[in-house]
Amino acid sequence: MSELLIKLWESGTIQKGIWETVYMTFISAFFSYLIGLPLGILLNVTDKDGIHPMPWLYRILSIAVNIFRSIPFVILMVAMLPVAKLITGTSLGNRAMIVTLIIAAAPYVARMAESSFKEVGGGVIEAAKSMGASDMRIICRVLIPEAKPSLIVGSVISLVTILGYSAMAGTIGGGGLGMIAVSFGYQRFNDDIIWVCVLLTIVIVQIIQEVGMLIARKTDKRIR
Amino acid sequence: MIQIEDLSKTFHTAAGEFTALSDVNLTVNDGEIFGIIGLSGAGKSTLVRCINYLEVPTNGRVVIDGDELGKLSKKELLIKRRSIGMIFQGFNLLEQRTVLKNVCFPLEIAKMPKSDAVKRARELLALVGLSDKENSYPSQLSGGQKQRVAIARALAAETKYLLCDEATSALDPDTTRSILELLKKVNRELGVTIIVITHEMKVIESICDRAAVIDGGRIAELAAVSELFASPKSDIARKLILPSVNTASEIKGGRVIRITFDGENSFKPTVANLILTCQAPLNILKADTEDIGGVACGYIILGLPDDTAVADRVIRYLEDNNISYSFGESEVEKNV
Repeated sequence: MSELLIKLWESGTIQKGIWETVYMTFISAFFSYLIGLPLGILLNVTDKDGIHPMPWLYRILSIAVNIFRSIPFVILMVAMLPVAKLITGTSLGNRAMIVTLIIAAAPYVARMAESSFKEVGGGVIEAAKSMGASDMRIICRVLIPEAKPSLIVGSVISLVTILGYSAMAGTIGGGGLGMIAVSFGYQRFNDDIIWVCVLLTIVIVQIIQEVGMLIARKTDKRIR
Repeated sequence: MIQIEDLSKTFHTAAGEFTALSDVNLTVNDGEIFGIIGLSGAGKSTLVRCINYLEVPTNGRVVIDGDELGKLSKKELLIKRRSIGMIFQGFNLLEQRTVLKNVCFPLEIAKMPKSDAVKRARELLALVGLSDKENSYPSQLSGGQKQRVAIARALAAETKYLLCDEATSALDPDTTRSILELLKKVNRELGVTIIVITHEMKVIESICDRAAVIDGGRIAELAAVSELFASPKSDIARKLILPSVNTASEIKGGRVIRITFDGENSFKPTVANLILTCQAPLNILKADTEDIGGVACGYIILGLPDDTAVADRVIRYLEDNNISYSFGESEVEKNV
């Protein structure tokens, strides 16, 4: 074990890295859902088989989402730094990284949510329509509650993806385990530091995955 | 009362225009159970969806209790739909809600206070015989139980009409019978007017008062069910009533005649008399009698002897005794 690794642990740098990774991931995910979830609903509702088809709006949203989704995150991250500066006043540090993470993750979340909503059968929606439910009520009382277990599974996948992005953000001034692995491990030739970061990331992903799936199972009333 | 006038529906698909319904006219009276039967693709599902405007007709009018649906505002249409319940082949229950909450759903839409809604929902669950299942989830129920919940849900909001879209097609014969009994009870006890869409003649004969036979988007025949069975006039009705007679392997040889019984002559030994009087060796190919609306109805399909003189004697006997008959040979020949 290298001296640097012991020093990093004793000075609390690694602990801070874990915390930064976790909070960057969760804060970014939270805001990504704030944007992505309504966007996913809008995509589902305005689709040609949706409850309120609006082909032109669907096309615009769909193309916009695809554009953001097709830019590799490393490039999007750098390209969005001016936007991050505009919002947070800085292009460095975790706050700036969170902005770029949200911009990258929100369209991803939108597609995840859209596919979850698609799983809700057309029959249930037709039944709600036959009862005289308005579009808004169908969204709030049928679409979202019926898609809930699937949305939770989707959010687990999204969280893990955002965690991966956050590690990349470490290379251009973000904090967290990604930064530690790159600056102290890769750039100073300390393989053990890289592996410790990898190990810690695996543990975090496992916890998110297990807890998330447990919640999804508990909420889903279809399997019992 | 539901009046459908000159209704047409055309779909625009990638393959071009597709006319699902053309010039449909029919009236469903309050308190009756009205059947709509046809083969798959005949347009019956589209027709039932036009009744509550889930499908907007291309032409024509749907008038329910004097309100023309096409002239209602969006909001008025939503309110109107609350009086028209609908059940489906696939039940379409909310999987993440308990049975009780499923039945409460239309009451939430009608903005009924929660305690009243729960009370009403429990009444309906008692009616359909599922009081003990109110806290179960749909995935814990059998198909028949799911359809019962769907019926309770469809009736919760003071429903006047109930549309049944192939409601028993996914169920086994025993369950089908019990669901049909329940529909009858709902019709009798709550006075709900029921429209049944099906491809099974059994469903029509067990609960319907009148029925329309639909084929290629048009109404081929509309009559009281007893009449429809006794003397089907359209080819499609004959085909639906006697599906198995159409197979050539079943009936071989000469001319075939179909004798129908209404309540009156089914008690006389008609065939025996016929054979004795005409001295004709008749071959009974197929026979069936049913209790339809309290009247014994049925038919016998007879193979006539090859000897035309004898065959003519049989026909004359039928004419003289006012027994309704029709030649079934054309149908058989078609398939030979």
